[in-house]
Amino acid sequence: MSAAIFKNARLFDPASGYDAEGCLVTRDGIIEAIGPEINEKDFPEDAEIIDCKGQLLCPGLIDMRVFTGEPGTEHRETLATASHAAAAGGVTTLIVMPNTDPVIDEVALVDYIERRARDTAIVNVHPMAALTKNLDGEEMTEIGLLSEAGAVAFTDGTKSVANSLLMRRAMSYAAHFDALIVQHAEDPTLSRGMMNESELASRLGLAGIPAVAETIMIERDLSLLELTGGRYHVSQISCAASVEIIARAKKKGLKVTCGVSAAHLQLNENDVGPYRTFFKLSPPLRREEDRRALVAGLADGTIDVIVSGHDPQDPEVKRRPFAEATFGAIGLETLLPVALSLYHSGDVPLERLLSALTSAPADLLGLKTGRLAPGLPADLVLINLGSPWVLDATELKSISKNTPFEDRRFQGRASQTFVGGKSVFTRA
Amino acid sequence: MTSTDQQPQPLFPHRHLLGIEGLSQSDIVALLDLADSYVTQNRQVDKKSAVLRGRTQINLFFEASTRTQSSFELAGKRLGADVMNMSVSSSSVKKGETLIDTAVTLNAMHPDLIIIRHQDSGAVELLAQKVGCSVINAGDGSHEHPTQALLDALTIRRRKGRIEGLLVAICGDVLHSRVARSNILLLNALGARVRVIAPPTLLPVGIERFGVEVSHDMMTGLEGCDIVMMLRLQLERMTGSYAPSQREYFHYYGLDYAKLAAAKPDALVMHPGPMNRGVEIDSTVADDINRSLIREQVEMGVAVRMAVLDALSRNLPNEAAS
Repeated sequence: MSAAIFKNARLFDPASGYDAEGCLVTRDGIIEAIGPEINEKDFPEDAEIIDCKGQLLCPGLIDMRVFTGEPGTEHRETLATASHAAAAGGVTTLIVMPNTDPVIDEVALVDYIERRARDTAIVNVHPMAALTKNLDGEEMTEIGLLSEAGAVAFTDGTKSVANSLLMRRAMSYAAHFDALIVQHAEDPTLSRGMMNESELASRLGLAGIPAVAETIMIERDLSLLELTGGRYHVSQISCAASVEIIARAKKKGLKVTCGVSAAHLQLNENDVGPYRTFFKLSPPLRREEDRRALVAGLADGTIDVIVSGHDPQDPEVKRRPFAEATFGAIGLETLLPVALSLYHSGDVPLERLLSALTSAPADLLGLKTGRLAPGLPADLVLINLGSPWVLDATELKSISKNTPFEDRRFQGRASQTFVGGKSVFTRA
Repeated sequence: MTSTDQQPQPLFPHRHLLGIEGLSQSDIVALLDLADSYVTQNRQVDKKSAVLRGRTQINLFFEASTRTQSSFELAGKRLGADVMNMSVSSSSVKKGETLIDTAVTLNAMHPDLIIIRHQDSGAVELLAQKVGCSVINAGDGSHEHPTQALLDALTIRRRKGRIEGLLVAICGDVLHSRVARSNILLLNALGARVRVIAPPTLLPVGIERFGVEVSHDMMTGLEGCDIVMMLRLQLERMTGSYAPSQREYFHYYGLDYAKLAAAKPDALVMHPGPMNRGVEIDSTVADDINRSLIREQVEMGVAVRMAVLDALSRNLPNEAAS
């Protein structure tokens, strides 16, 4: 039996809106009690006492969209290195994508991820399994068995499921298991470009990806969802039109949710500037109007979750001409700081931001974490809300350093992270 | 001999020529004026000068090109540089690695000027960051081809006496054309009016914000034009992907006398080459010595490239030693 008392904390539970000074008590890695009335004298002398010094104590973050290179391309990132980056970013649960080599489309491979994570990672890791075998978009995977094995949702990750017939059947079949289908919404024929289709892309001589590549796919899927029922989630939306479409569908009562990446909340197409490949993302960074619409959609609840979209790429595939460089940016350690920048700017309330990073993904994926509530695991993050800092890519824990936020000024970040009551990261 | 006896002037305050974007009107005019003097030099028996004596010039072409490469080669040789041509196969899978590795390798050989053509937009700029010498963009993807725009401007200026106030039509595959982008920027900088004429599928998004008039019809679009600039259309783009067929494309957008009649009576025809005769331009129009400037463009090309090499070499760090 081991107990710990977090004292002098600003207890913040985004799901319930609870926000008070007080103590949080854990026993054997489980939250036991929370509140201002707790007196540390009531606890055994051997209890560990953690002085939070007035910092914000909230549930650890859940990142629903993380790519690693394990198995297959471990030089980019392993589950272990990703988990260290996560811990430093205040993320206590990682959801890893099936786009590995081999693809996570078999029960044995779901099992592999879980065992590797248990043995090497310092935060919780759950896999999403492929929705189609080998991500080929032709045959659905064993949705039932994979769910039982521990897959928390089904997606083809960076690939869009373009085959309408297959998508209809997958939705219909998944509904029976209440499995969540996660779509990377981009019409493959319309999205062969390199960046947002715009005047800027035309001036740079880069083929564009129009916003309709995304909206066409979302609207098709929503039409199918009306037929089949079930739960459907768009992994990342990037444009104003998608916010409108999702809002309309939610109003209609469809079980649709969506996410947005931290990068898309902070950056726009102009950041691509002179062919900077670290800003080459999928979906692409779009206009400033789109970014503002995404922020507004997050504030009003149309957008449910914020993800990092963490996608480690090594220099050999990024230091290339823009057209030949790979898509993707890392983001585990900048997820919380970017979110906090929207709080400091007054765009989105803190409660809304943090619920999109904790309770909302927990509810979507059926995870027993993401709240400050007795009986739940003590997955916690202590946040220093005010401290200013500058991002130095060499200090990031990820093996790959392809961050679009190099040298950016931030305010606030995780100062200590706990998984199951155990401290996994302490900022020096 | 133009400049060897004089104190070098900072006539072109840039280390590289990566595009027309970023150049001022006076930068452009200075290059054109210098190029004029090289036209004269090139028409003499003794075409050589010693401006680049001791300099090493490398022509690094990742994309096949006969005319641009030979034009740069001749320009360098006439200025006395040692010129090396390198054609790098683009079939290699890891082009990007080859690209930066090649640049680093070449840089170690201490060249003074590297001329680069690459099939990807932005690739020349990427390379310019990796080398210590001056870089000239000889065409990057669909982005820019600055020396082509300069030679077009020189050709127009010599025939029409001015550029300001002229109406220039740019016709054809503007979407994929680096020549069109550089020309739009340059002609705007020198005060010409530019009109692009193409089917909607061959115009880039936001083209109306480039400072051009947009037309989809040759007959109305060519009205009042002083210059008709045709662009090359790659044959594979005319078989259903951007236009239905060669026959239909030529019918609506190929330049023949009937369409040329819509332009001003003294309108002149240009083409950056190589031409698809009978596809974007009728053979008799292309060969009409009274209307076509196509051969003159090639001559101006050498002069303009000499001017660019000369201007950039004046800013090279070891100028005093030469």
